[in-house]
Amino acid sequence: MPTSRWLPYMLIAPASVFLAVFFAVPLVQTIVLSFDGGTAGFLGNYQRMLNDLNFNVSIRNTFMLVLTVVPLQMMLAIGMGLMLQKMQKGRELVLWIWTIPLGVSDLAAGLVWLAILQNTGYLNTLLFHMGVIDSPTAWLNAETPVTLFIAVVVAEIWRSTAVVLVIIVAGLQLIPKEFGEAAEIFGAGRWQKFTRVTLPMLKPSLQSALILRTVLAFEVFAAVYAIGGRNIPVLVGEAYVWQRENQNYSVAAAYAVLIMVISLAATAVYLRLLREKPEAQA
Amino acid sequence: MAAITIEGVSKRFGAAMALEHLDLTVTDGEFVALLGPSGCGKTTLLRIIAGLETRSSGRVLIGDQDVSDLPPAKRGLAMVFQNYAVFPHLTVFENVAFGLRMQKRDEATIQRQVKRAADLLQIGPYLDRYPAKLSGGQRQRVAVARALAVEPAVLLMDEPLSNLDALLRLEMRAELKSVLKEAGTTTLYVTHDQTEAMGLADRIAVMYKGVIEQIDTPTRIYSKPSSTFVGGFVGSPPMNFLSMTASAGRLACAGFSMPLAHEGPVLLGFRGEDVALVKADQGLGFEVRVIEPMGSHLLLTGMVKGERVRVVAAPQAEIERGMTLGLQLDAARVVVMDTQTGKAL
Ligand SMILES: Nc1ncnc2c1ncn2[C@@H]1O[C@H](COP(=O)(O)OP(=O)(O)OP(=O)(O)O)[C@@H](O)[C@H]1O
Ligand SMILES: [Mg+2]
Repeated sequence: MPTSRWLPYMLIAPASVFLAVFFAVPLVQTIVLSFDGGTAGFLGNYQRMLNDLNFNVSIRNTFMLVLTVVPLQMMLAIGMGLMLQKMQKGRELVLWIWTIPLGVSDLAAGLVWLAILQNTGYLNTLLFHMGVIDSPTAWLNAETPVTLFIAVVVAEIWRSTAVVLVIIVAGLQLIPKEFGEAAEIFGAGRWQKFTRVTLPMLKPSLQSALILRTVLAFEVFAAVYAIGGRNIPVLVGEAYVWQRENQNYSVAAAYAVLIMVISLAATAVYLRLLREKPEAQA
Repeated sequence: MAAITIEGVSKRFGAAMALEHLDLTVTDGEFVALLGPSGCGKTTLLRIIAGLETRSSGRVLIGDQDVSDLPPAKRGLAMVFQNYAVFPHLTVFENVAFGLRMQKRDEATIQRQVKRAADLLQIGPYLDRYPAKLSGGQRQRVAVARALAVEPAVLLMDEPLSNLDALLRLEMRAELKSVLKEAGTTTLYVTHDQTEAMGLADRIAVMYKGVIEQIDTPTRIYSKPSSTFVGGFVGSPPMNFLSMTASAGRLACAGFSMPLAHEGPVLLGFRGEDVALVKADQGLGFEVRVIEPMGSHLLLTGMVKGERVRVVAAPQAEIERGMTLGLQLDAARVVVMDTQTGKAL
């Protein structure tokens, strides 16, 4: 019957149209826009982007953030996941509490940490009362790039580790406990059990978590902006500046395309590095 | 040297008792089969011995050492899991070698021991494969090889051959028996399969509802069960039980009589193959209801004094449905149980 043959396509049509209108079209438009350099030619926008004063530093900051935040998050999330695994009671409650930051928007998260770390913030108040410092210390200036960077890292970790945690907890629950037990029986210590059994068996979850977090980490912006303003330029921030302040949509588009390319490349690298041997799949 | 001693071990899961003050000794080098119905606590007992499960009370000794509070790795034993637990991310070779690698043995030893275990379990051709590419029975053999490769002093096996076809199981059974005897491995072996238990074990422990009902040699478990449960659980057909009343130092009814120092109702237990079929007027009257030819024998189901009884007859015996025969019991081969407790008198 024709209806049954077309039914699946009709059912996915709304979602496809939605994706096409709100995702594919803007994507293509952005790419086209980025290559529309006017008098400067085909790569004109990219030229301007590369010559931008903040370009190098925003690339460096973005990569430094990604390379600091993502590994720390992975380690933290694995540690937290293993701790949850060991808990007998109250596991759901603790997991629920740990995932609360997920519900907070990244801008709000940035503002929370701003409230803690700014000159008149909670941290300085606390340190002052404990007598560690005599007067409010500035942590988030252009003159204190290290603490500024650390603040952004802390805020990002606080905000988005839970995503990784949720994926890892789900992955850990998929590993039957007998595997760890067999490892113990045959003489594996904690560390060996972790590296030889838990980690390899967790690989599919780690891969998903890494891809998800890395792609999102390259798009880091709101928390950085809330805490450091333009003192710590990042790629998305620069795209925003070109779009809003310089009103130059084409260079902003070039930034957007660059971010996308970097994200895709990172995904490809992960898929390759963490590829499971096809015969090893359970 | 590596005897297993279990003293008063209990295990409670919430309100349910999985093990109730259980005592069991497996002497050094002995092979004990643990036989019991599903859910009676066999796996739980093995897991407590291995240190994978906490116990509610009691203690576990291996050799002279109280290992109750030692982690699994420190107990010096190997185990075959009921669901195999063969590592999916390692090749068959690496699975079998796992314990040896953990013990940091040299490469030559690893190669030699893995090959030996693999040959024994006939998994040599699959050493380079990953477990996902193996059948259930092959995976199970990998689990057994992994345990044998470390040459443990104590070996716990949870239904290690359950997934093999009858022929291979028979073969593996013989191999296991000779290898474990030769190495003097103290073995506790869980199985559902009675013939396996009978064939392999020095002693059989029959377990029921969290306690060991009886532990004895296969022959005695079979012919002298200590309770109606053991008699009914072991053997095919199961033991027959007739309700009778003992009085004046004898247990007697039409066609049977034996001395018994007990008064009141008892159960008379006998095996279907321990009876002699005679004329109807010479023994217990047995009315044949069903005849099942089993090849090597006939299995007769019928009634004695209103109770169902199964007996075995020669394959060529001329017996027809509806006939009444006589059953002659040998007083030396019967067991008498207390009707209330179900325990042997
Ligand atoms: N982790 C657990 N939590 C609660 N109850 C459990 C747990 N493990 C086992 N039990 C219960 O303890 C009893 C004994 O279980 P066990 O697995 O030892 O049985 P078994 O004799 O190995 O059975 P089978 O022959 O089917 O493998 C069962 O009633 C089971 O439901
Ligand atoms: Mg079991």
